[in-house]
Amino acid sequence: MSLLNLFRRRGTAPVARERLQVLLAYERATRGQPNLLAILREEIMAVITKHVAVEQDNIQVRMDRRDNTSTIEIEVEIPNSSRAVFAAAS
Amino acid sequence: MAMAKVLVVTSGKGGVGKTTSTAALGAALAQSGKKVVVVDFDVGLRNLDLVMGAERRVVYDLINVVQGSAKLSQALIRDKRIDTLWLLPASQTRDKDALTEDGVARVINELRGKFDWVLCDSPAGIERGATLAMRYADTAVIVTNPEVSSVRDSDRIIGLLDSKTDRAEKGQSVEKHILITRYDAARAARGEMLNIEDVLEILSTPLLGIIPESEAVLRASNIGSPVTIGNVTSAPARAYHDAARRLQGEKIPMSIPNDRKGLFDKLFGRRAA
Repeated sequence: MSLLNLFRRRGTAPVARERLQVLLAYERATRGQPNLLAILREEIMAVITKHVAVEQDNIQVRMDRRDNTSTIEIEVEIPNSSRAVFAAAS
Repeated sequence: MAMAKVLVVTSGKGGVGKTTSTAALGAALAQSGKKVVVVDFDVGLRNLDLVMGAERRVVYDLINVVQGSAKLSQALIRDKRIDTLWLLPASQTRDKDALTEDGVARVINELRGKFDWVLCDSPAGIERGATLAMRYADTAVIVTNPEVSSVRDSDRIIGLLDSKTDRAEKGQSVEKHILITRYDAARAARGEMLNIEDVLEILSTPLLGIIPESEAVLRASNIGSPVTIGNVTSAPARAYHDAARRLQGEKIPMSIPNDRKGLFDKLFGRRAA
């Protein structure tokens, strides 16, 4: 709690500074390069929809960027009626 | 006229004070006897004419000159207060696609032959209008508010200045300066606003000046008189005048003029590059 209070007393500017430094380090490094995560997401989605009929609403995509690694999580809700398609494909 | 300098006032983010700063710096440079033209690149959303108080005198505009339907001398509007200050307005009816790279190059070259300073007021954004405004610049003033979204956009604009300008493509560089606007020293002291050291460190670009938040800026645009003409003793006017002198190579200690006390306090000891 005391740490929180300390931050509060210092105002929000240090948080702004921190967030900007992290963000800009990433943006400068990736400037002019294609967005790899977005491309991966698109191609993975294309593969899934080729074999399974899924509604756009049933697809959850989450991305998280950390200092050294990034994660992409794709959660696809596949209706049971698609099982036949799966069996046929494999 | 060999020393003609083309300067772009840019920011990425809208509403940070590009047009106000173009008018104020242009008027300040012209008062030192330099021949100055301020050029509005915000095609379709022109406002520099309004801030300069010349909105009722616009006949021809930048697009007409770019397309050859008017001569430069027909489109230039001479300021009624300072006779070395001129305005080249943007078109209000056309869109930015009417600007071509070759056309802009031709107009800028012609202006270089006639003026000491050519100040290009960039539209917001990073699209064609903004990249054409910076295209032939020798110097850039990046207007930044001490706020996260403005600093991020300034960083993006710096990236464009270093890659998409004529000078960058020739392996030269555009001289870049940060102009902090809407600065509130009290809020910065309370830790509620990014401080100037933080902004400069993050953007690693030298400081041209700090323009304090002030009612004088709004009053100036209300009456169509750049703050450096209409209210020269106000805090923002003094800050803009100092910035204009730094642009001309003078070394002036950095300070944040203050409206209430009416003196230069908060000396920073930092020198502009």
